[in-house]
Amino acid sequence: MASISTEAGALTVQGVRPSKKRTPWLTVILLVAPFLIVYAAFLLYPTVRVIMLSFTNADIAGKGSYIGTANYVKLWKDPLFWASLWHTIYFILLTVVPNTALGLIFGLIVVRQKRILRGIVLVLLFMPYILPVSVVTQIYLWVLSAAYGIVNFIFNVRINWFQDPYWAMPSVAFVTIWWTVGFNMLLFIAGLEAIPREYYEAASLDGAGGGLRVFRYITWPLVWPVTSLVLVLQLISQWQIFNQVYLLTNGGPFNKTIVVLMYMYQQAFTRYKGGYAATISLALFVLILLTSLVQIRLLRFRGNT
Amino acid sequence: MTTRGQSLANTVTGFLSVAIGLVWIFPLYWAVNTSFTVDEKTAQIPPYWFPAPILLDAFKYVIKNTAIIRWYLNSVITSVAIAGCVLLLTMMCGYALSQIRFRGRRFVFLAILAGFMIPGATNVVPLFMFMNSLGMVNSYWGVILPQLASPIAVVIYKQFFDQMPGELSDAAKMDGATDLRILFRLFLPLNWGITWALAIILFIWSWNNFFWPFIVISKTPMMTIPVGITQVQSWYGIAYPRQMASAVLAALPTAVLFVIFQRRVAQGVAITSGIK
Repeated sequence: MASISTEAGALTVQGVRPSKKRTPWLTVILLVAPFLIVYAAFLLYPTVRVIMLSFTNADIAGKGSYIGTANYVKLWKDPLFWASLWHTIYFILLTVVPNTALGLIFGLIVVRQKRILRGIVLVLLFMPYILPVSVVTQIYLWVLSAAYGIVNFIFNVRINWFQDPYWAMPSVAFVTIWWTVGFNMLLFIAGLEAIPREYYEAASLDGAGGGLRVFRYITWPLVWPVTSLVLVLQLISQWQIFNQVYLLTNGGPFNKTIVVLMYMYQQAFTRYKGGYAATISLALFVLILLTSLVQIRLLRFRGNT
Repeated sequence: MTTRGQSLANTVTGFLSVAIGLVWIFPLYWAVNTSFTVDEKTAQIPPYWFPAPILLDAFKYVIKNTAIIRWYLNSVITSVAIAGCVLLLTMMCGYALSQIRFRGRRFVFLAILAGFMIPGATNVVPLFMFMNSLGMVNSYWGVILPQLASPIAVVIYKQFFDQMPGELSDAAKMDGATDLRILFRLFLPLNWGITWALAIILFIWSWNNFFWPFIVISKTPMMTIPVGITQVQSWYGIAYPRQMASAVLAALPTAVLFVIFQRRVAQGVAITSGIK
């Protein structure tokens, strides 16, 4: 490496300029094609195929015939689909804002610490994020178990957290926040560290006083770009909630926690209705797409101001 | 006086923050604690706060009676393959998009950017049908291939190569270096930091990925470890120490990676979410 750069330096000194050459197509294809083939086959093609499938009565092997918009009519009249959509939105309401707020609080806690202490606190708060989801759910099925769970023991209650119609979804939401808040915290730490220290020094010289005022007028507005990013990333990923619900409640009790992706999964892989499952996927895809478009609008808007 | 007051305040907030961290991580401690005990102890009231004596029965049982070693192997093979292939493919594509002027370059880049909007989860039905028609259900290929289509990594590499000074590659070209040589001998060594951070975060993500392996694998010996451990319960009913032992074993590799490469993991999270 070092030798190349010194040679390179010598050449520039000689003032030789590279001549314009024809496009090296062979190299371009060699470099671009491998990724593009994988990308087209496993991301673009399935996206197009989902639309095509939604107009068929295909089974899970993909065999079936064109049935027009019958799947869409069925979806519109399907109470279980609307229930799953409502549960997904309820889950989003329970997670997105609290998870973002807690991420910011944890970020503020970590950036205040120095050296070793900072490393320790960061590891403790971030650790859950690097666990596989099934490890997290196994842990909570034990910690929150009705009979011998430690949480029920400590608070001296007898709640069956994941099977109680009232507590099931909030419990899934809590487990999700516990698992993923570290990710938000890391983004907030990056944002908080980007705030120039002089702002805080100037504030203390001006006698801006209380920590709350400094937070309100300096930290909050300057960290807002990260906050909006975290909110949207959350929203996009929470629309796709499946794993935690499947592993903790399996949609129960009484379908109280069935979510859109889970309904799609059941239609596809336990009832073998590929066409209808594709229609459900497409509905979810459109909702997520709208969220992403809002994100782009938000970023543009902020860019202009 | 103020400095003394401040240092006292720092000590107090320091202790407080560690306390918050310990409370937050408590469920994980509880899992480890339980994994070192035996079934009868889990029903004890008051509960067992510390694993004394440390009993390895649950670990021995899980290793002997489940396919956990095989699941480990499956996870290592697929995660290493995914991280390695994604890096290679996206690095090459990002290099061409950044350094070579060719007709259609802008179109290719926009097409890749559009991929950001596609949530992988809504594609599983056609993807499963596709893998089924290729005969790749219940195979390593079935797990690996769909996880290679990572547009974000292409964009990250393109942006990093865009920042490389133009004279560097011009000079190397004058010297007769091919594009491949410039990429692997000049740009790659200059970007080891970013590649390393991406490698670790990609490995952790694919190790932890649950949804797709869960869809494409139904045969127990082919499962990756996060999917496999969910079988432990159905194999011998509810037995918390065994379940916690399998959970601890499943979490160990990424947890160790994280503790060792903390900064790289943080960097990986930041660059893949567009903060840096």
